[in-house]
Amino acid sequence: MSVTATRPTASAGAPQSPRAHWRHRLAERGVDAQLWLLAPAVLFVVLLFLYPFFYGLGLSFQPTEGGPFNDYARFFGDAYQRDTMWITLRLALPAALLNVLASVPIAYRMRGRFRGKRLVTILLVVPITLGTVLTAQGLLNFLGPTGWFNRVLLALHLTDEPVRLVHNYWGVFLSLVITGFPFAFLLVLSYLTGIDPTLERAAATLGAGWWQRFRMITLPLLAPGLATTFCLTFVLAFSVFPSAVLVGNPAGETRVISIAAYQAAYEQYDYPYASAIAMIMGLIELVVISVVLLGRTRLYTGSTGGKG
Amino acid sequence: MSTVTVIHHGDAPAAGETRPRRRLVARPAAWLVWGVVVFFFLNLLGVVGSVLVSSFGQRWFDTWLPDGYTGKWYGEAWHEFALFDVIVVTLQVSLLVVALSLVIGVPAAYVLARHNFPGKRLAYLVFLLPILMPPITYGIPLATVLYKFGLAGHLSGVVLANLVPSVPFVILTMTPFIEQIDPRIESAARMCGAGLWSVFLRVLAPLLLPGMLASAILVLVRTVGMFELTFLTAGPDSQTLVVALYYSMSAAGIRAQQSVDAMAVIYTAMMLVLLVISLRYVNPTQLVARVKEEPDS
Repeated sequence: MSVTATRPTASAGAPQSPRAHWRHRLAERGVDAQLWLLAPAVLFVVLLFLYPFFYGLGLSFQPTEGGPFNDYARFFGDAYQRDTMWITLRLALPAALLNVLASVPIAYRMRGRFRGKRLVTILLVVPITLGTVLTAQGLLNFLGPTGWFNRVLLALHLTDEPVRLVHNYWGVFLSLVITGFPFAFLLVLSYLTGIDPTLERAAATLGAGWWQRFRMITLPLLAPGLATTFCLTFVLAFSVFPSAVLVGNPAGETRVISIAAYQAAYEQYDYPYASAIAMIMGLIELVVISVVLLGRTRLYTGSTGGKG
Repeated sequence: MSTVTVIHHGDAPAAGETRPRRRLVARPAAWLVWGVVVFFFLNLLGVVGSVLVSSFGQRWFDTWLPDGYTGKWYGEAWHEFALFDVIVVTLQVSLLVVALSLVIGVPAAYVLARHNFPGKRLAYLVFLLPILMPPITYGIPLATVLYKFGLAGHLSGVVLANLVPSVPFVILTMTPFIEQIDPRIESAARMCGAGLWSVFLRVLAPLLLPGMLASAILVLVRTVGMFELTFLTAGPDSQTLVVALYYSMSAAGIRAQQSVDAMAVIYTAMMLVLLVISLRYVNPTQLVARVKEEPDS
């Protein structure tokens, strides 16, 4: 989006007296009474987002016992807690990567017009609206030892005994794929349709094969969009909570960091410790996102010539 | 799933030209891609279908389909989980969140679309942050603060917590919408003698209505489906449907599996109704594309 609509600065020919009223001077820079319309939103963000955030940050340095960094030391010193970071990253990074990478070829196929495209897109929106809780319930039924998935595998003699897919890593991973893939797909599709197809046809007239066209034309234009998609999908996967509890093994393999934070706050009522874990969680996520976005600034981010 | 990158010759023919005839025999790579999509949908159907079948099943152990069919689990779920109250709470919370986030968000979006002022980038960043952070990260400090002021555990706390991602969402979806409205229309109204108030009510409001409707529906869908924030701030009498579903699932074994499934189906039906309504007004990609490229002001 481009900010094109600006107020008419300095009306034509009006002599600018150096002793102009301070209000006029401010208005010329865009500060006038209409800015008060922004006040409720700013007040709201300050009160309900920034204040709690800094309150939590402050609280995390005031542990119930010990010095200001005691809760952080407690988190990093306890292997059971420290491992939650790796568990979360091991779940979220592959899931986000798979969702983005799988969306690219499928979106590439579907960017043209074909019959039933709207139906496919609508079907893909369904898992996003269902949410993680319902997906978890469905996965428990579907992938369980007597569920349809294992029945099909047994009937086709692909396995001799039911494959264990719930209450472990794979259950959570699959739930992240089911909710995350449509999300990533729709984003990638909207980026892809924003790329002008004539660019690729021009390359084709110059004799480029499909791989060259994809590698040299489409991919460089798509890459910034892929980075953004990866970030958003990663945020979704990183905060996995309900499915980690319901289809995972919340005491062991899939004890993700949000479970650790939740237990500290609502089972031990240790709010400083919970805030410290939440801060660590936010920090890890920001690090991953800023690494990706930093890499994104090295890519071409300009007009892609399309409608997007 | 595969990560093969496929390009198909002669795809996306320009309108007006003669379309190349569709080949019935596609390439193997194309079959692979479609196979992955079909596999995904089959599994999705299995996930949703097994909940649906189970909720109507009499008894269902170790067989392909249940022994018999009955609707009794719905009645049971309705009474046991006090679903009427839960649905009323869900509706109250979502409608309040929608109304408040529009009231707070739309004027802010107007200013961001029409004005250049010092600190605009900072304002954008601050409004973007609540969407970029995972809800649990800011939800726990937020819940702590709300408990400190005695707001959490009631409807007001749930509404306040859910407003945190909703207001920025309204701002970010409404700003591009307002930008595409010609500012000269407002100037013309001003010239014809309309005051600020009547410009807003009689010129802008009718133009903004479609955008407000779209973002209201998106906020509604997101609020009904929002688990984490409601979960962290809800008390026993302010649970929404998702949170109630989570509690009944995590206490599995106490209740019959089928009545939990019945509740899940009720939740699904509610979401699907909202989805059908929202797809009439918004593009599917809008449901997910929450953050556009950061504007370079």
